[in-house]
Amino acid sequence: MIHVNGDAMEWKEGLTVREVLVRRNFRFPLLIITVDGELVQPKAYETTTIPDAADVQVVHMMSGG
Amino acid sequence: MSQFVFDPTKVMDIDFTQRTQYLEGLEAIKAAHKVLKEIAFTPSLPDKGYTNRTLYVNVGTLEVKEKPVTQQMKDVFIGGRGFGLWHLWNAVKPTTRWNDPENEIIISPGPVAGITQYAGTGKSLVVSLSPQTDIPIDSNVGGYFGPLLKFSGFDALEIQGKSDRDLIVFIDGQKGIIRIEEAPEEPVDSHVLAEVLTHMYAENEADRVNISVVCTGAAAEHSLIGMLNFSWWDLRRGCIRLKQAGRGGIGTVFRNKRIRALVCRGPQVKGDLNHVADYETIAKTGVKYHKEIRENDPHQCMMRRNGTAHIVEIMDAYDLLPTHNFQYGSHPDTHKIDSQYWQSRCTQQTVDGCWYGCSMACAKGADGLEVKTGPYKGHTVTVDGPEYENAAGLGSNCGVFDPDYLLELNFYCDTYGICTITYGTLTAFVMECYQRGILNKERTGGLEMNWGNAEADLEMMHQMARGEGFGLIAGQGVKKMKEHFIKHGWGDPQLINDIGMENKGLEYSQYMSKESLAQQGGYALTNKGPQHDEAWLIFMDMVNKQIPTFEDKAEALYYFPLFRTWFGLNGFCKLPWNDVVPSDNAKQPEAHKIPEHVQNYVDIFSATTGIKIDKDELIVQSARVYNFQRIFNIRMGKGLRKDDHAPFRALGPVTTEEYLSRQERYDKQIADEMGLDPTAMSLEEKMAAHRKWRQGRYEQLTDAVYKRRGWTPNGVPTLERLKELGLDVFPEVVDVVKLHL
Repeated sequence: MIHVNGDAMEWKEGLTVREVLVRRNFRFPLLIITVDGELVQPKAYETTTIPDAADVQVVHMMSGG
Repeated sequence: MSQFVFDPTKVMDIDFTQRTQYLEGLEAIKAAHKVLKEIAFTPSLPDKGYTNRTLYVNVGTLEVKEKPVTQQMKDVFIGGRGFGLWHLWNAVKPTTRWNDPENEIIISPGPVAGITQYAGTGKSLVVSLSPQTDIPIDSNVGGYFGPLLKFSGFDALEIQGKSDRDLIVFIDGQKGIIRIEEAPEEPVDSHVLAEVLTHMYAENEADRVNISVVCTGAAAEHSLIGMLNFSWWDLRRGCIRLKQAGRGGIGTVFRNKRIRALVCRGPQVKGDLNHVADYETIAKTGVKYHKEIRENDPHQCMMRRNGTAHIVEIMDAYDLLPTHNFQYGSHPDTHKIDSQYWQSRCTQQTVDGCWYGCSMACAKGADGLEVKTGPYKGHTVTVDGPEYENAAGLGSNCGVFDPDYLLELNFYCDTYGICTITYGTLTAFVMECYQRGILNKERTGGLEMNWGNAEADLEMMHQMARGEGFGLIAGQGVKKMKEHFIKHGWGDPQLINDIGMENKGLEYSQYMSKESLAQQGGYALTNKGPQHDEAWLIFMDMVNKQIPTFEDKAEALYYFPLFRTWFGLNGFCKLPWNDVVPSDNAKQPEAHKIPEHVQNYVDIFSATTGIKIDKDELIVQSARVYNFQRIFNIRMGKGLRKDDHAPFRALGPVTTEEYLSRQERYDKQIADEMGLDPTAMSLEEKMAAHRKWRQGRYEQLTDAVYKRRGWTPNGVPTLERLKELGLDVFPEVVDVVKLHL
């Protein structure tokens, strides 16, 4: 089990940042993502795997007209 | 993580130069003009962003005079919205209402407005007493009028009085002439009128770019929701384009004064007409920002391709796209009006922007629209947008997912002079009332206002413009419609009040706030009413969960409304702040504030005016004006806690259908947040529990926000806060506060 923005999410071996975004339907382009406090660059979303029990923060920047 | 990649092969092949022409009869229209007053003035360019003059025009007495912009005005009110509020404060009494002659319309661009080196610097702020709210309204708008006014010699235009005939006020900043002309035969609607007047007042073809027209349309004469269009000449298309000062009914005030148009002819725009204190810093900051746009926008928000419509599908994905009068947050047909569609429908082979030098260039023209209804049926027109608010308000919120009808609604809103946000929200309310039997075909005069019935929707708008039928009632706005429906016994008063999405008399803009407590405050704990330009906190609060406590939310509702107020003091557009971010933004402290961009604004203000500020002083500048506006509201009999209440639809689920659509979320909240057992409760009991809980939380938020802002529990700025901000130098301001302590 991991936590994404405080919400529990099922974990599996090899779970990537990109898969978390897809599962949560996080489609906004301006994101700041950390895994256990470590910043993940957008180009590494596909390759960064998330360990079990990790705390994932997906900070969406401001939006709205 | 962009949603899709731009595919040029999908862009529709539309000739962006083809449209119906309206210049026949121009000479006869011009010949009917009668000069009522003409005076000379000395044109001047700004010095460090200021011309130090206000132009005062009384359209009733025909008095025209210059007024000095004092150092105190600049120190306390900065410009733009600040100047507008200060002029209005001095013009009106607590008893003044929107249609009294002493009410004013003030247009002021702000000291930075008009620089061409940075993106989004062509904004004007328009201030007046609103026919919808009876308090000051401020509305920001692009287009060329504000900068051209300043480059003609005036930091603000202050219009007072009421005429008994239709007038045009012409400011010729090249020749130094101000002329008030009777204009009896002008076309009424904006897309025609602005085109005609641009040709009429330009001395030759090349001069058209120096002309900007402020005007409205037929609906402003018969409704309370009229808006103002600000034009600019689109050189590439060979036509006028329009941007809107939409909120609060300023177009209605404009026509009530019998003003047909304001026309400014400014000097040819060049690189440094503001005569800034430190050009090098501004140029350097601009180059850095333009590079950021060029490199990052294609894989961030794609503003240059989509404009603000890029968030249509995002709001849908996050269950935040207002659908069927804010009942739901998404719809299966959203793909028909999402940014991928608009990218193919809007002309992409020309750079669009509403002021020189804006590399964000988010204005989008949908060319070649063949109009299907109303007085322009059969005409081919160019319509701007749709921006996100239009797509959501006129589209999903009313269940309209036919993009051509959506564009036509957008076109008629613009040319009739109707605020698209207001129209979207009031029509959504009408449609829900129709769905629930509060309205029926008899009460609407035959209009079948079912969800998605765009033809009936358009007919209601045409009625508004003609001043007849149910359109007249709808044109009074949601607040007055609610009163009307309740007075006639057409439905349950609580339901009508719950689903009528207005606060202070102004309609909500197009975001779902019911699952974000901070955004509930971002809408209703505002000065002018629920417009998203004070604070947009939904992601921070609902998605990121960055601000979990009341104090956290209050801090956000302190900082962001003040930060965003500052744009309106200076002539900045907000979009370049947060719709692209620097590549290393994520590594910065307080990354959500986009610190590099904040520093850009600090640097540009300092370099323009020569007054050195830092990011903290930026907030103090805004706080002075923000608190002044709050006190202005109190002076007008509003602005207290009772005026900050929100309709329940903005706070939570009103109907069983709404509850059931998010049952899992709501039941979990009952268990986790309220400590109750949802399995042991009926649906009605669960809804009642939510109402009590949500209303209680909103009151707790209100307490926390008022405390953080330095206000009493009744929402009145304290004397200590006034002193901190230096507003205690105005005895009449202190007197208003003292009456409510």
